Amino acid sequence: MRLPRVNFYPLAGPALASAVSFAIGALFILAIGRSPVDVYGMFFSQTFGNSYGIGQVLFRATPLMFTGLAAAISFRGGLFNIGAEGQLTVGAFLTALVGCSGPWIPSGLLMPAALIAGIAGGALWGAIPGFLKARFGAHEVINTIMMNFIGTALVSYLVTNVFLVPATVHTPTIARAAEIPRLDLLTGAFQGAPVNLSLVLALCACYATYIFLWKSRPGYELRATGLSSNAAAYAGIDVARQTVHVLAVSGGLAGLVGSNFVLGYKHYFELGFSENVGFIGIAVALLAKNHPLGIIATSLFFGILGYGSLTINTVVPKELANILEAIMIMFVIVLTRLVDRWMLAVQQRPAA
Amino acid sequence: MYVVELQEITKAFAGVKANDRVTVRVRKGDIHALVGENGAGKSTLMKILYGMVEPDAGTIIFEGTEVRIGSPRTAIALGIGMVHQHFMLIPRFTVAENIVLGSEPSRRWGGLDLRRAEREIQQLSQSYRIVVDLRARIETLSVGMQQRVEILKTLYRRAELLILDEPTPVLTPQEVEEFFTTIRRLKTQGKTVILITHKLNEVMTISDRVTVMRHGKVAGELETASTSAREIARMMVGDDVGQPVQKVPRDSGERVVDVEHVTALNDRLLPAVRDVSFTINKGEILGVAAVEGNGQAELVQAITGLRRFTAGRVAIKSRGATGRPSPRTLAHIPEDRIKFGIVLGFTVLENLILGRHGEREFSRLLLLRWEKIDEYAERVIDEFDIRPRRKDLPVRSLSGGNQQKVVVGRELSKDAAFIVASQPTRGLDIRAIDFVHSALIKERNRGKAILLLSSDLAELLELADRIAVMYEGRLNGIFHASETNERELGLYMTGFQKQHGLEAAQG
Repeated sequence: MRLPRVNFYPLAGPALASAVSFAIGALFILAIGRSPVDVYGMFFSQTFGNSYGIGQVLFRATPLMFTGLAAAISFRGGLFNIGAEGQLTVGAFLTALVGCSGPWIPSGLLMPAALIAGIAGGALWGAIPGFLKARFGAHEVINTIMMNFIGTALVSYLVTNVFLVPATVHTPTIARAAEIPRLDLLTGAFQGAPVNLSLVLALCACYATYIFLWKSRPGYELRATGLSSNAAAYAGIDVARQTVHVLAVSGGLAGLVGSNFVLGYKHYFELGFSENVGFIGIAVALLAKNHPLGIIATSLFFGILGYGSLTINTVVPKELANILEAIMIMFVIVLTRLVDRWMLAVQQRPAA
Repeated sequence: MYVVELQEITKAFAGVKANDRVTVRVRKGDIHALVGENGAGKSTLMKILYGMVEPDAGTIIFEGTEVRIGSPRTAIALGIGMVHQHFMLIPRFTVAENIVLGSEPSRRWGGLDLRRAEREIQQLSQSYRIVVDLRARIETLSVGMQQRVEILKTLYRRAELLILDEPTPVLTPQEVEEFFTTIRRLKTQGKTVILITHKLNEVMTISDRVTVMRHGKVAGELETASTSAREIARMMVGDDVGQPVQKVPRDSGERVVDVEHVTALNDRLLPAVRDVSFTINKGEILGVAAVEGNGQAELVQAITGLRRFTAGRVAIKSRGATGRPSPRTLAHIPEDRIKFGIVLGFTVLENLILGRHGEREFSRLLLLRWEKIDEYAERVIDEFDIRPRRKDLPVRSLSGGNQQKVVVGRELSKDAAFIVASQPTRGLDIRAIDFVHSALIKERNRGKAILLLSSDLAELLELADRIAVMYEGRLNGIFHASETNERELGLYMTGFQKQHGLEAAQG
């Protein structure tokens, strides 16, 4: 088995960039009259300082791996999937529905069935804009965004009008057999943190995507289409069909987000549970340069930012925490590019 | 009396010496040819002279004084003009507007005095007898006309020394002759011309002196009158160019390709291919000759399945593959290799299986068999002399000639009954051209049916068994290659019609 060598040089950019972004964040903290040392001290001690914090970071990184992969695979295929939010909402809702249909599905199959339902829902929600693009040339950016509105509104209607548990905003609880076990119960670590075996599923998905892209024939075709649709057509690849497939696979990956929250944590579907992971996934993928293994690292980074800014809520206003998080994301992306360009200039280009 | 002396010029890119102590002297009033293989350093040297590249070492002496040419602006001020391989014209501007661009004559308040400019250009074009319509838009002109505009542009800027970078491949035979006449007229008016070219017959016809470059060094400088094409070729390549593989006479009469009444539109949805029919037999090369833009590109796309056709039928008949050809059942060397033939973001290895990735040898179930692909890639890189010899490099970093070899190597190593080769040697050096020619003839001798498009009529005459001429989307005659010549083909390419010419070789 021969795979492209994993090169750690691409991590240098993000690492340097995040250091600089933390420094810039410090200026904002100073501007509201707080001590960066205190705020960052809290930020890091709450995220890395104890196993509960680490568990929380991992829990937040898990869905980002799925949506990061969703974004990366569509970028690799030459398409922009802005619709992960809608895809994961539909997927997670179906996961929850299947999860509580205990009597009809044998209990041993309930959890896999719930996962498959999630994949199917996401895939359908991705395939529709894919089809519209392939058949009519309608741009996928518009269509995936529209499908977000439709997906969230539809699920919201169904939850509040059909499947609602009175006095809550969520669906009935899933059967025990459908639950994905939490890591603290399995290992004793991460006591009290919601991180669960979905994390392992997400890591497997990253590796599988890596194998898919560089070792499989469909992955090769996907990359060829993404880099040059003309050359792909020349090579006998059905570019229109590729468009549908890429967005379906991308949506399917987003549809797995429900495993973490619905099957692994709350055990029901709740409106607004996703906290925009569908959109953050785009940043996760870009920062990882659309590399499935890089996404593991960048998801963790965003997990740290997400949970870290939650913990400092107690010492700085919530708004500042949110601003800080967004600034960090923007700076890391800009600085990564700058650092890369700089490194490229240093290495000097080979002769033409 | 030298107009320019380049002395001991050295220039390295990332450690590789493109020019290694190159000394070239150009006499005033000469037509000086500069020849060499791809990557021999000709273009780098000329870019140094034109101020586009700064040399690492060496001096330039222009009309007796040492000069430093830091930018094209300096070169132009000195009286050096350059016509690039790819024209630098703005399609929507008129001829006059393009000629004055960058040195516009202005009125007192900064307005553009196009009248005055037109008068001046008119005088120029009369004294050099270079005829163009100054008010015509560039996009409406033929390639030959556009070249005249480029030459006028350099003359308008008072160039005394003109550098012409591979000017002839885009021209028809008639245009080449007119071009040569223009060059000679420039010479008689005292101008000096440096001509970069691959074609030795042109060197012999037009030049006074010739500098041969090889691997970044000067391999020799000769008086054209006292040398031969053979000697120049030997200097370029280092040893004698091998004799091409001989064509085995074949007349199987067994049809492999059937093209019937094919009609297709171009990208602007205008008719581009009109009712074209022909057949290709087993072991036959059918050449297609046409001036750029007469539907030949669209015809190839229709035949290879990249373009829909509005009427007609294309079929392959052979063991294994029957029916409409698809990218999987034919070998296709596309004209635009960057657009169709390769994926620039892929490595050499990944490009070598493009379109072949589904073959049983390279993929099993859904997985690619990288060990097999590695072996195959090494074989092709070796056989087709792709350089550098590294399969894991991004194809983007290869020179144009080597990218072409990737495409040619991949397609010719594929066992397809029908091969479509569109400009397969464009941009290649002598040795590579020789290799591709031999490879095509070998495939022909093995019984393949080959459709060959080339703007190089000598190439068509050498390789093809029959030559079809296209004009304005129609077939304007099919000729036996042994019974025609460049002059006749050139006439039919520009629309000449003679009834019996059409029937000559149709059967």
